Amino acid sequence: MARLNAANLMVAQEIIARYPVPRSALIPLLHLAQEQDGYVTEDAMAHIAELVDVEPAEVMGTCSFYEMLKRAPVGDYMVNICNGISCHLLGSSDLIHHAEATLGVRPGGTTDDGKITLEAVECIAACTEAPCLQVNYRYRNRVTAEAFDELVAELRAGTAGVAAHGNLAKVRQHIGDDRRAGVSPPDGQGEPAWMARNPSDNGAGS
Amino acid sequence: MSEQETVVNITVNGQPVEAAPGEWVIAAAERAGVYIPHFCYHPRMNSVGMCRMCIVDIDTGRGPALQPSCMVAVSEGMVVDTTSEQTRKAQDGVLEFLLLNHPLDCPVCDKGGECPLQDQTMAYGPGESRFIEEKRHFEKPIPVNDLVYLDRERCILCDRCTRFADEVAGDPLITFQDRGDQTQVNTFPDLPFSSYFSGNTVQICPVGALTAVPYRFKARPWDLTEVESTFPNPMGDRVVVQASRDQVLRYQGVDSDAVNWGWLTDKDRFSFEAVASELRLRAPLVRGTALGRPDPAGSELVETSWGQALRQAADAIRAAVADKGPQSVAVLGGARLTNEDQYAWARLAKGVIGTDHVDAQLDDGLPADAVLGLPRATVNRACTPGGTVILLAPDPKEEQGTLYLRLRDAIVNRGVQLIELTPRASGLSHLAAFRLHHRPGEAAAVAAALMGGDIEPGPDGDIGGVPADDVAATAAAIANRADKPITVIVGRPSLAESADFTVEAVAELNRFANLLSAGGRPGIAFLPALHRGNVLGALDMGLAPGLLPGRITLADGGPALAETWGSVPSAPGADARGILQAAADGQIDVLILLGADPLGDFPHRELAEAALENAGTIIATDLVLNPSSARAHVVFPAAGFAERGGTHTNLEGRVTCQRQIVTPPGTARADWAIAAELARQLGADFGFGSPEEVWDEITRVAPSHRGLSREAIDASDDGVVVAQSSVAFTASGDTSSVPPIDAYSLRLTSARRMYDRGTLVQHVPSLAGLAPTAVLAVNPYDFDRVGVDSGADVQVISNVGEMAMPVVADPGVPRGTAAFGYNYPDLDVRALVDPEAVVTDLRIQTR
Amino acid sequence: MNAPAPAPADLRIITSRFDVEDGHTLAGYEHTGGYAGLRRALEMAPADVHGEVRTASLLGRGGAGFPAGVKWGFCPPGVWPRYLVVNGDESEPGTYKDRLLMERDPHQLIEGCLIACYALGLSQCFLYVRGEMAHAQERLAAALNEAYEAGYVGRNVLGAEDFSVDITLHWGAGAYIVGEETALIESLEGNRGMPRLKPPYFPASIGLYGKPTIVNNVETLANLPWIISNGGEAFAAMGAESSTGTRVFAVSGHVATPGVFEVPFGTTTFRDIIFDPRYAGGMRLGRTLKTFIPGGASAPWFFEEHLDLPLEKTTVDQAGSMLGSGAIVVMDDTTDVVRACHNVVRFFARESCGKCTPCREGTSWLEKILSRILAGQGRSQDLDLLMDVCDNISPGINWPPRQTTICPLGPSAVSPIASALERFRGEFEAYLPEAEETAVAVTTSAGAMS
Ligand SMILES: Cc1cc2nc3c(=O)[nH]c(=O)nc-3n(C[C@H](O)[C@H](O)[C@H](O)COP(=O)(O)O)c2cc1C
Ligand code: SF4
Ligand code: FES
Repeated sequence: MARLNAANLMVAQEIIARYPVPRSALIPLLHLAQEQDGYVTEDAMAHIAELVDVEPAEVMGTCSFYEMLKRAPVGDYMVNICNGISCHLLGSSDLIHHAEATLGVRPGGTTDDGKITLEAVECIAACTEAPCLQVNYRYRNRVTAEAFDELVAELRAGTAGVAAHGNLAKVRQHIGDDRRAGVSPPDGQGEPAWMARNPSDNGAGS
Repeated sequence: MSEQETVVNITVNGQPVEAAPGEWVIAAAERAGVYIPHFCYHPRMNSVGMCRMCIVDIDTGRGPALQPSCMVAVSEGMVVDTTSEQTRKAQDGVLEFLLLNHPLDCPVCDKGGECPLQDQTMAYGPGESRFIEEKRHFEKPIPVNDLVYLDRERCILCDRCTRFADEVAGDPLITFQDRGDQTQVNTFPDLPFSSYFSGNTVQICPVGALTAVPYRFKARPWDLTEVESTFPNPMGDRVVVQASRDQVLRYQGVDSDAVNWGWLTDKDRFSFEAVASELRLRAPLVRGTALGRPDPAGSELVETSWGQALRQAADAIRAAVADKGPQSVAVLGGARLTNEDQYAWARLAKGVIGTDHVDAQLDDGLPADAVLGLPRATVNRACTPGGTVILLAPDPKEEQGTLYLRLRDAIVNRGVQLIELTPRASGLSHLAAFRLHHRPGEAAAVAAALMGGDIEPGPDGDIGGVPADDVAATAAAIANRADKPITVIVGRPSLAESADFTVEAVAELNRFANLLSAGGRPGIAFLPALHRGNVLGALDMGLAPGLLPGRITLADGGPALAETWGSVPSAPGADARGILQAAADGQIDVLILLGADPLGDFPHRELAEAALENAGTIIATDLVLNPSSARAHVVFPAAGFAERGGTHTNLEGRVTCQRQIVTPPGTARADWAIAAELARQLGADFGFGSPEEVWDEITRVAPSHRGLSREAIDASDDGVVVAQSSVAFTASGDTSSVPPIDAYSLRLTSARRMYDRGTLVQHVPSLAGLAPTAVLAVNPYDFDRVGVDSGADVQVISNVGEMAMPVVADPGVPRGTAAFGYNYPDLDVRALVDPEAVVTDLRIQTR
Repeated sequence: MNAPAPAPADLRIITSRFDVEDGHTLAGYEHTGGYAGLRRALEMAPADVHGEVRTASLLGRGGAGFPAGVKWGFCPPGVWPRYLVVNGDESEPGTYKDRLLMERDPHQLIEGCLIACYALGLSQCFLYVRGEMAHAQERLAAALNEAYEAGYVGRNVLGAEDFSVDITLHWGAGAYIVGEETALIESLEGNRGMPRLKPPYFPASIGLYGKPTIVNNVETLANLPWIISNGGEAFAAMGAESSTGTRVFAVSGHVATPGVFEVPFGTTTFRDIIFDPRYAGGMRLGRTLKTFIPGGASAPWFFEEHLDLPLEKTTVDQAGSMLGSGAIVVMDDTTDVVRACHNVVRFFARESCGKCTPCREGTSWLEKILSRILAGQGRSQDLDLLMDVCDNISPGINWPPRQTTICPLGPSAVSPIASALERFRGEFEAYLPEAEETAVAVTTSAGAMS
């Protein structure tokens, strides 16, 4: 199961339909592939290339630029410990060392049970909650060594309430056909209608 | 930039410089003789400003500031300083950065000695490296395709190769991957950089990261001698030929503004291997015994002396003329020779022997008047911004690689609108403004409709298989742009249909020529996209029935030429088909083949077979034996490209020089010399001692070339375009009708592919492997009719033959049509083509 | 416009719903005055809406601090379509505000987008959220779905026959450089996030798909509903002359109560926001201040003597640094500045897009030298080498930095080194093996490594 499956193909079509130029959907589609397989397979990249009509090499070029998109299998849970300056000041290095010791892997490595991949990442925008981390991009703030061990235990027990790697937002944008304004292609329309309004006309505004 | 009327005045290192509006500082400086070091900048590609090496002090009024000169356009009063202290510091800094992770393995690098990075380092670079950390490591050279290796440790990420692949060739199969200092160039796993143009990336790589397999470790730049020349293809691509120890080792494209912009196809670039092929003929051959003793009745070809071979050939010709008259001698081929070779052969055939049975094309081109009798376009005219190009020819990407690159640039960057009037999609289809894919043989009807003729749409609202609305929309688009040049690229879109159809289409497009050019508008002109190397020179030099050198007919030019030549044939002779027919009927006693291979190339194989069977004596000149010359009685070893000087004529009528750099193998001689020798044997002295002397005579006797001196040609980088012609286009207005096609059949269209099983490709080891396997391409919708899956083997049946081949779905082929590559000896489509019929219909049977 | 209301010092414009339980839902947003600004805007002529934003002299909150109203004016007349791209890529180390604005008050941002689209005739909006912010993404997705259903977004906004615009939620995949507006656009086009060449200097002239494109930061746009409801003058009346309204700062590091605070822009001082109990509450555990980064990792460091500067753009610029993305990172006397410096440099080395040689090679070289020094393998010449490499990345090592690069990322790596080396050279020397003895002296006196 490496190309997008039937269900995801429909999601993909809906995503593509939201952009004036299909190629713009590339990154969201790569996320979709990662959601399906836990990482972005080469077949998925080739499939996406077909969907947005570019060469697979171009998809690879884009995919390989972004850290979140993994091109090889990773653990069910990416545990990304923030090593940004604010977290660094409040002991992120100690937390990382603790993690290395307890998980027995260095950053980038995956535990033998294939459950956890550890990473030391740059600032994740929770600087006032340092030291912090993300599990599959869900935050854990002011993390102590104890809290970390608990988290690991929960992850292993599957009780952490964190979806498997690849899943991001639980809610997807959906635009009903009746509400859709329609994409705005670059070689499209002239001046939008509302620009013609003038002060006196206090408009169609309800 | 010279034709720019307005100029921008800037100062470079204190000296005033006139620049063109919008010109990059780096280009303006270069023209003023100030070289600014750079790696990523390339004049034929968009600036990316990646390497930052071209950073210089630029003052636009707000004081000097360091800016990359490849990204800053000149502006009035701008002051540029490429020597300032901070410029030097910044450039040294960049150079040091580039060298940090560079392996510095110059001694074992192909680029060593011609490497911009190396040169810069010598010129400006810091001595001791201050970088003591571990260098970046990548797996050493990896093949990106069969011809090109990539060493990512040497790569400096200038984005030239990747930009070329994407912007110029349109094959973005190599891209940047990963990020930051881990960035690398690579292909998608197991998807090689299969582009017809990949060799260009090797030429433009500013370091030794990309190397060409055929050239790797062959020589060091300082061992090379080189000459500028013209590659013998119809585009007349300008090249530098490099040799070492009397061996051709490399062709490099030359940036000729008018022609190839420095690009070459891989097929041409790597064809240098053919020059040194061990199959090259080194001595004349005559019939002889298995023991190698000459013997007219012999079954073998044995080496002999020039004297012997020439005598035998002359005797045969003399006997034929004495016995059946000059018309019993015929000459085929010569399209790959130089203008001088062609002229000499034309004079021998028409002036000395007295036969007009002469044809350089093998019924796979166009009648001479359709080439010489129409207003001729240049490539630059076709690429005029905002202009219109009508493609009435085979896929340029397959047959005229560098023309394809020029057209692609014109469409993508200069707003040229492309109109495809072809039987199937081409390599430019996705860029075409209109795709009028007509039924084979029905281009003329569409052309007529385009030019405003009211054509009755067929039953399903189509004209020649094209929706009438599309035709109407296209006609409107042409009219809209009529203030800009309209250029028709005309060739033989399909060898499975009669040339008449193309000629008729041309006639239709030309019908309103004067209307289109009314009111000072540029109007319509034609660019002949014919197949063989110097076929246009051949027509200019009179290697065609009814023609004499200088674009003039036998009738019009005969009397004048007779004064130099002594005599000219009284009546027009036959074309290739006629000649082979006559030979088959036993009327040709001597058949002279100038590098021609009728068995391989003539569309009607059986006829060619019969002709060679029944021709009395066959005389051939060639580089290597081909199936036809192998049947000859006398074979002269000819000197090929880079082994002799001369001139070449491209599809625009542009005459440029070819130069010699290596000596021919054995005793091989240039064709002009062979012709002159034969003439002498027949009692005529041409008095030719060199190609220059031949050219002098041409400029004296050929009306269109009169006064065009070698000096004039040499003087200009782009050669000289010969425009004048006294030949008239004489197409009969009436269009021949195309038989209806029945519901169970598909109509065949067949054209050449870039890599075929043709002679040239097969003598270039590096290319031989690249020829695709022959398949029949059919529109996906027709598959239910065919009743098989894509890729399945089927039996293909025409009214003259049948054969088995795989069939594949190809949306580029219109419904009702089947496309098959030409020139595949292993699957020779000619077995299906009915030479008597104007089109060929196929039935497909599952096996 | 309505008379400028005197603004209470603790007035919160854009974080007002942070402690409203359901502030992120449509219901919660509506009964706290949500979408009033949009309604108001639709009753005005687009040009007048733009006018209000000009009057407000709202500075961009993404880092460059360019006046939004002015930038909006850069759209070439008569060129359509125009796009809006919301920069929600917040990744500058120490920066933490846009995520909260997206998670806690998504409708406010959506309303801001609609107002901008209406004012400038932007016919499609792309909301680019940083890839790692899954929660923000789902909050925005949910809010958009609600807003579409309720008729605020999409076809015929609020029933207006002539005003329809789609907001497309887009998300990245992990690359700081994509925050740079032209890289953001490249990324949105499905490419590698590599900044584009300047000129053109603003995407407003040539941006997404080569069309005029307004790129604004999340916080910038979040201010629009208030500005339109209350008038530009009311906004301008708040804060300082050229730094108007309020601004959100994240104060992190060695402070007692780190947090995200919305304060009057331009009048509050660093001392206030770092030491005032209402804000960061001073240094933790009674430590003393060693240095602080006033505006995100790219900014040169500030010290004691800068504490009384107001959080005001021009003042801070003139003092040799920037407010940047509103990220104040405080370091106390226990800080090992060499490690801190390395941490920030490593960030830029890891995040370089790789396009410009000086940034690609230079930043990683700096990082390698620093980690070698930290590993005790430094050489005496390394400190000067560091400075010279910096000089080759940013000639003159001035502020604002001179660039040999396409975007400021490369030069940004110079700030921490220049700041730290100049002020704490002794701490660097202390890491050099052959300098051990002196090192002790130096460091103790500098009070580090304790
Ligand atoms: C390296 C770099 C990173 C940036 N990152 C961000 C970012 O994460 N968020 C942001 O809003 N602006 C960022 N910017 C600034 C944007 O380029 C742009 O100026 C801003 O989004 C414009 O919005 P504003 O005018 O509303 O501030 C960055 C700039 C640079 C050079
Ligand atoms: S400065 Fe760095 S990040 Fe910015 S464009 Fe250049 S290489 Fe990329
Ligand atoms: S040549 Fe200008 S940046 Fe490379």
